Amino acid sequence: MTAVWVVLGAVLAAAAVVLVALPFLREPTTDDDALEQPDDELIALVEERDRALAALKELEFDHRTGKIGDDDYRETLAPLRQEAAAALRALDRYGPAAAGDPPQE
Amino acid sequence: MADLGRAALVVSLGLAAYALLAGAHAAYHGRRRLADSARNALVACFFSTLVAAAVLVTALVRHDFSFTYVAAHTNRSLPTVYALTAFWGGQEGSLLLWLLVLTGYGALAVALNRRLLRDLVAWVVPVLAGIASFFAFVLVFVASPFDTQTAPIDGNGLTPSLQNPYMVAHPPMLYLGYVGLAIPFAFAAGAMLSGHTDERWIVATRRWTLAAWMFLGFGQLLGAHWAYVEVGWGGYYAWDPVENAALMPWLAATAFLHSVMIQERKGMLKVWNMVLVALAFELSVFGTFLTRSGVVNSIHSFAKSPIGGWFLAFVVISSLFSLGLILWRLPLLKAKTKLESPLSREAAFLYNNLLLVALCLTVLWGVLFPIVTQLVKGESRTMGRPYYDFFLRAFGLPLLLLMAVGPLIAWRRTSVRALWRTIAGPAAAAVVAGVVLVLLGAGSSKTGLVAYTFCAFVLATIVLELVRGTRVTGSLFTLVARNRRRYGGYIVHAAVVLLAIGIAGSSAYGTSREVKLLPGQTATVAGYRLTYQGLDPIRNDPNRTGAYAVLAVSGRYHGTLRSGDVTYTGFQETDRDVGIKTDWLRAQDLYVIADFEKGSQAVFFKVLVKPLVNLIWIAGIVFVLGSLVALWPDAREQRRLATRFAPAQA
Repeated sequence: MTAVWVVLGAVLAAAAVVLVALPFLREPTTDDDALEQPDDELIALVEERDRALAALKELEFDHRTGKIGDDDYRETLAPLRQEAAAALRALDRYGPAAAGDPPQE
Repeated sequence: MADLGRAALVVSLGLAAYALLAGAHAAYHGRRRLADSARNALVACFFSTLVAAAVLVTALVRHDFSFTYVAAHTNRSLPTVYALTAFWGGQEGSLLLWLLVLTGYGALAVALNRRLLRDLVAWVVPVLAGIASFFAFVLVFVASPFDTQTAPIDGNGLTPSLQNPYMVAHPPMLYLGYVGLAIPFAFAAGAMLSGHTDERWIVATRRWTLAAWMFLGFGQLLGAHWAYVEVGWGGYYAWDPVENAALMPWLAATAFLHSVMIQERKGMLKVWNMVLVALAFELSVFGTFLTRSGVVNSIHSFAKSPIGGWFLAFVVISSLFSLGLILWRLPLLKAKTKLESPLSREAAFLYNNLLLVALCLTVLWGVLFPIVTQLVKGESRTMGRPYYDFFLRAFGLPLLLLMAVGPLIAWRRTSVRALWRTIAGPAAAAVVAGVVLVLLGAGSSKTGLVAYTFCAFVLATIVLELVRGTRVTGSLFTLVARNRRRYGGYIVHAAVVLLAIGIAGSSAYGTSREVKLLPGQTATVAGYRLTYQGLDPIRNDPNRTGAYAVLAVSGRYHGTLRSGDVTYTGFQETDRDVGIKTDWLRAQDLYVIADFEKGSQAVFFKVLVKPLVNLIWIAGIVFVLGSLVALWPDAREQRRLATRFAPAQA
């Protein structure tokens, strides 16, 4: 009986080896084995854009619900718009497809 | 069959070690196929651990006493459901559950993010594999659940106090919470190792953190209810070191869930968030160390065993690793923006964080105090309940106040005038509630009165937020659907209010009286008239011996209550069964503990009346509901994130 369990253990180990080796079995040789690296600058710009747009949306909601007064609203709105515009302009350098869609809500 | 279990664990250890070494090599040198191979090894590690778990479950269900673990924790008369709970009822089985949950979570997390966050996942794999390697090593070499022996006729059985429905769910919930915190930790470490410390790791792990936090919180409430109905001392939380061990990572994770919003909105607190996520994980492992090492006295801890030293070493090494990573990556974690005003939502989150972390560290100091005094003075001294209660009030009440005011403050900045205009309504409601409570007699406890007033403030804030938001969006459903995270959070705030009301009610306004009664004698406590009718011995039960004292109750409730001592066959320990009658209208319990006097017919009764205590358990349900709303998948958000990060990855 012990032998059966040992064999099952060996089968388990063999299956694990196959799964681990799978990337090399699928592509025994390749010219492109480099791990993709993200563009940090682009990510930072996308995050800045999304942050500015989300803040604008939040500001609008806070104003409409009375959480922020008219004066504070006007004072905050202009710099936020500038931030969003600057982020969008910077992203334009990468082309329209590069940055994905901005938040729609 | 034990051979298969052992083999599966050895395979798990090999796979985890491979995923650690090959994964680190692949990530460092940027080799794609090797990184994929390491990721597959982590997935395979889960399946081999699953095989080991299946072997142990089979042995438990079949009462295979050739397994030392099965013989030590079950016997033939144990119902199947409790035979299954013995999986985590002992040291070795619970370690296997840790590894199973860790590899399961890990495999799922890396599989879900493998395309979008390929560079990050390449580093996450070796971090998770490092943790898995430690647990697999302990299971293979130090505490194996697959040790065998010549099978005895019957086993020792499961400790009677663990034969309780709560024990079916409470430990797995805690494990799902403890281990779940490894996922955000691994992604945070991966972000620092890769040097890409943008927000992708936060986006990828937001729901993992929330889920782990939910399981940990709900698991603690289940444990509190178990202590309340089963342990028989009349309370639900004793500030026991092992209870605190679960509370500390939960507090750290709560702080993280709040502060991470500041990073998302303002790009601030990057270092702080890394510290919090590491602290939450390290505290979860530290809690496991406390439970298993025997360094502290606790009714919840496992027997003293050699694995304590291994866990301590792991906590120290992983803490140094985390600290080293954060110090190394400090230049990348610098914030680009500053706090614009001390009167802003982000400032409120910051104050909330300081209070939560202060409470967490205070509890940690209380837990460490006996160990420190033992080391320094050679005599272990324990921090008592007054220490914890003082700091719970000192930090908990301001936290309640922040929960009331924080949501009403706008992001970035707000003027005092605008803030006052917003909070005037909820503040007035709180003051009215306070006055009404004083008129109703709640002024007997100042802390209780302040807590209730703040609770009213929080509830009024939540109502105001929902009403004003609904007015803007047109419907409550649309409002919640558009920002599930925020409104799920508000439901959780409501749960905290229920919890606070329950705790304050049962502790500050409760009644406790001890009476000695002979058969036929009567005592009156808080409107309940209790007449001791006599003893009712347990008869014709092969598994239990003992007797119950029977009380006839009249007044606010008519019926009988029974409390007594029960000894289970084969066990030396005696369980104290308490009598509880719930008045759902008042959410109040009448709680009776009988203590028999040897050689006398008289019985000492401890009678407790606990107003509003049942709100604590209702809070658990509301807490889970709010957490589920906050973490429910949002298709629009997923699409947005996919478009947000996919181009940057190309």
